[in-house]
Amino acid sequence: MIKAGIDVGAKTIKVVLMEDGKIRGKGKVLSGFDQEESAKEALEQALMEAQLSREAIGIIVTTGNGRKAISYATDDVTEARAAALGAVFLYPSARTVIDVGAEEARAIKCDSSGKVLDFAVNEKCAAGSGAFTEAMARALEVPLEELGPLSLRSTQTIPMNAQCTVFAESEVVSLIHSKTQKADIAVRRVGLEPELVLIGGVAHNPGFVESFKRTAELDNVRTAEDPEFVGAIGAALAAGE
Amino acid sequence: MAIPTKYPTEPLKCWPKAKEIRQQYYKDYATAHDRGGIRWSGGAWAFDAVPMGLGDDVHVMTGEPYAASIAFDRKFAQECQDATDARGWARDLCSYMRIYWGSMYLNRFFFGGEFPKPDFYYQTQICCSHAKWDQEAALYENVPFFCIDVCVGPYETLDEDRLNYVVKQLHDSIDGMEKTTGRKYDDEKLIAAVHNECRSTSLWAEICTLNKAIPAPLDEKTMFSLYVLATLQRSSKQIGDFYEELRDEVKDRVARGIAAVPYERCRIITDTQPPWGFLKIYRYMEQFGVVSVGSLYTFGLEGIFGDQEDGSWGPRKTPQQLGIKIKTREEALRITADWNLSRPQWQHFYDPAIKTRMMLRIYNEWKLNGVILHLNRGCEGLTVGSSENRLGLVKAGVPVMTYEGNMADEKEFDERRTTSRIESFMETLGLEQIEAARAAQAAS
Repeated sequence: MIKAGIDVGAKTIKVVLMEDGKIRGKGKVLSGFDQEESAKEALEQALMEAQLSREAIGIIVTTGNGRKAISYATDDVTEARAAALGAVFLYPSARTVIDVGAEEARAIKCDSSGKVLDFAVNEKCAAGSGAFTEAMARALEVPLEELGPLSLRSTQTIPMNAQCTVFAESEVVSLIHSKTQKADIAVRRVGLEPELVLIGGVAHNPGFVESFKRTAELDNVRTAEDPEFVGAIGAALAAGE
Repeated sequence: MAIPTKYPTEPLKCWPKAKEIRQQYYKDYATAHDRGGIRWSGGAWAFDAVPMGLGDDVHVMTGEPYAASIAFDRKFAQECQDATDARGWARDLCSYMRIYWGSMYLNRFFFGGEFPKPDFYYQTQICCSHAKWDQEAALYENVPFFCIDVCVGPYETLDEDRLNYVVKQLHDSIDGMEKTTGRKYDDEKLIAAVHNECRSTSLWAEICTLNKAIPAPLDEKTMFSLYVLATLQRSSKQIGDFYEELRDEVKDRVARGIAAVPYERCRIITDTQPPWGFLKIYRYMEQFGVVSVGSLYTFGLEGIFGDQEDGSWGPRKTPQQLGIKIKTREEALRITADWNLSRPQWQHFYDPAIKTRMMLRIYNEWKLNGVILHLNRGCEGLTVGSSENRLGLVKAGVPVMTYEGNMADEKEFDERRTTSRIESFMETLGLEQIEAARAAQAAS
């Protein structure tokens, strides 16, 4: 049976189709105003990649910010649960998962089955999230994908006065320093258990990864391949439970 | 997951009476002047027994429960906050204070008519906002303001000098009230009020202690509507009598195994005021079989606790129970000062470790499974030290969840994120929704 996991994120919607523990297809679109419609579009992308029809899908499980908004979903799971399931599926020895998406930074401690043992999420502040990264890229007038590599060329850390995304845009910032601080705080709240895996869209940013390793004083940090899809993988896996 | 045992439930018989008392309280306050009576306003932590010596026609309206009532009406709450914001006050001030001021500035009383102007304000100063709240209100209304500084350190360090400092201020405040109202103070009425204050707050502690029973006879959402009576006027005989009736009914529920939540299988406490406009989060938790049996806030904002003979925490013995007969104004003021200074919810202002110890005591004695802390942006006083409390609880092995919100300003509460967080917390406690478990069982 084909199981679909849909991660209805604040910025993008990710879909993963799975069959017998293997990924058959993926889709990703901007969330936009109509999450349900966008999710359909992402689902179509994944179906096309898997060369499957909509009828082949037996079960759909959603996760993410808008997980309750998808009327055709069979079930939904929390972001923490999906992240832990997905990370442990990809990296069976993962016990700490850091998930930094567009709006939220989340640290999860889990066991070998992907059960969430503890978690911490940022409160109402987007500093350190993907939205913050985008705002800083705009302020610095560099494409988003170049921001991380650019930060690695930095030779000094410039302290930020403003952590608020809005005010930080008007400062010349040490971008990575700030955003790592957020994830660092979260991971210290749940306690750090090796092995640690970074997931979520911000894990694409090598500056973030490097800075995280430095401030968390960790060398052994894994970054998931296609990190933004891990939640959707977890949702699809939850469909089998 | 197995379906938990279903306990019998039934509504509280004295519930309508609690509602009636509350409605009559606001009506009496609004109409006091029509009957030649006196109105005073202030806080739920004011020494409310003291103005009672001015006569039987003295009516109070405490600001926090009044603002909490408005908070439940999100539209009017927003109008009040906007009115306060428009006068240049900062948005991060106490949200109760902002609502009270807004209602005053708009000259609209939540229970109908114009905002009833008090004859004076009477307040204590321990929270960072309380004194300023009533100072501004008194200036705006152009009426006198009496404020008692109670910042004399935690109760465990109380000595004669510190107690005398508070008692002296209470004496002075009586002189001030006599001058303001032109009335002669009646010490017998004060003595009766102190008697009732001790009685009602000890009774409330006893009612909270009965919630140690499994299943819990009361859930916190219900307790919010009951503890509030002590915040309105704990020194009134009517409130003491009501709590006696409630205590007897709760005792009976315990004896008969009547539960507040039918599928109780997980017991928690919360902390500080909840987001009043979103009490449905408590009902959401019930879907997982979770009962919040209270909090240090619902227990100790008004309940006065003490060590029991068996070492457990329970109602503090009243002067009457100890055979103390109050004869003079001085004795009455010393007793009310000492009694109030032992209030559990005052202790954390000096050291969060004291609050952590009390929470751990509740965790163990009320047989809990977890704690949910509301990082309440609307109340700096009760939230101060919450993160330290969390660390202390976690260190002791207690599962803790936090969420950020505001008791009275919906702009600072994210319902979706909070329920999502609760669901994740339930997962860490190994709980799924009862209905889901039922469906899974039916399918198998």
